[in-house]
Amino acid sequence: MNAPDTPPPAEPMVRFDSVTKRYGALTVLDSLDLDVAAGEKVAIIGPSGSGKTTVLRMLMTLERINDGVIWVEGEPLTHVKRNGDLVPADERHLRRVRGKIGMVFQHFNLFPHMTALKNCMEAPCTVLKMPKKQAEARAAELLAMVGLGDKLQHFPSQLSGGQQQRVAIARALAMRPKIMLFDEVTSALDPELVGEVLNVIRKLGAEHDLTMLMVTHQMGFAKEFADRVCFFFGGKICEEGPPEQLFGAPENERTRQFLSAVLEAT
Amino acid sequence: MIWDWEYTWEILPVLAKASIVTVEATVLGFALAATLGLLLAILRMSKSGWIAIPTAGFIEFIRSTPLLIQIFFVFFVFPEFGVTLSAMTAGVLAIGLHYGTYCSEVYRAGLGNIPRGQWEASTALNLSGYHTFRDVIIPQAIPPVVPALGNYLVALFKETPLLSAIAVLELMQTAKILGSENFRYTEPITLVGVFFLVFSLITAAGIRQVERWLGRRGGS
Repeated sequence: MNAPDTPPPAEPMVRFDSVTKRYGALTVLDSLDLDVAAGEKVAIIGPSGSGKTTVLRMLMTLERINDGVIWVEGEPLTHVKRNGDLVPADERHLRRVRGKIGMVFQHFNLFPHMTALKNCMEAPCTVLKMPKKQAEARAAELLAMVGLGDKLQHFPSQLSGGQQQRVAIARALAMRPKIMLFDEVTSALDPELVGEVLNVIRKLGAEHDLTMLMVTHQMGFAKEFADRVCFFFGGKICEEGPPEQLFGAPENERTRQFLSAVLEAT
Repeated sequence: MIWDWEYTWEILPVLAKASIVTVEATVLGFALAATLGLLLAILRMSKSGWIAIPTAGFIEFIRSTPLLIQIFFVFFVFPEFGVTLSAMTAGVLAIGLHYGTYCSEVYRAGLGNIPRGQWEASTALNLSGYHTFRDVIIPQAIPPVVPALGNYLVALFKETPLLSAIAVLELMQTAKILGSENFRYTEPITLVGVFFLVFSLITAAGIRQVERWLGRRGGS
């Protein structure tokens, strides 16, 4: 390595710093440390109950953390620095940092009383105060990008699961996030609809400079798409590494067991 | 003869005029109840116990005391604290307040039925609390509870005769005055009953129209 030429390590886009999450007596995440670099695509895999979805939900501020700090671009997510101490942040700080993050859910969570277009316009109009015309043009553009240019005026109930999930992706992108979280986005879909959603995510990865964290059960997709795969077990990262290594030559016994069980099922 | 048609035609215009007061009291009272009810329901959902618990206490207190006493209280006791209201204003305020607490329970059911995912999506899109309620939660919470709200509208309407207790010149009070002036109660009281029947039926039909309209607007 030519050390003198390498720039100083950049601030990670996201840093989990000994983050602990408990539900009552149950520790879901146990002192988690995880850095995600800008533009990196991280796949999170693991058995159910291993805390993998909680990682995304904490980053989206849908769950409180019990201990530790999450940093987003060098800024604490749920805290502010005051006289060198970290104190809980107010709603304004939370909303500013949260603005960098978008999330797509397993069950889409589209607004059922709004058309696809309106779903993608709501937040830009109210949060970013974008003029209506501009928000509408951008929403139409994003919906075209996910292949739904002809479904602008459809309500979610008139769309298939795959189409709804693609609207949800467009809706999240409309807020111009730097970080996108995908929480088992294909788990609620019929098998034949999985491909269309994964194709949109592939396209996003190729065309946008987004940092992505995805919890997934699609091992094939994780292998092909992710820069790094983290295997969660019992609230900890049990093993992590580039997909070739983690899928090809897992070192941990638990990882091996999990992967063989998953591969057997498919 | 029990029924005197001549007398009936004579008092009809007087009662028709009084019915305007009844309708006014109903519309204003329900507008207050519907607005206040939503506000109370939202306050009661607050994460802060300092807001939620007193709100719940207030709702239970109002719901568990008779409307007639509340009407008297607003009209006769508020002036002791320097708040003197006309009979109509006091009556509308008391009715609106009373039914507002009932409506708040209806709204609470509607708000409680919104799936958690809708709140989470609103957070993920960084919507403010105000916009989450205005654009996401309330538009989905209200259509299913319109029938229940409509029931309270009709119930409120039928309770407006209580305002005669503080001498608001609505239908019942007017009928009582006509009866005591002429020593004939059959016609005025019957006409008031018929009026309430007709207007209740019209209101119920109106509510069904609103339900249908909201159903179509839902897009599903």
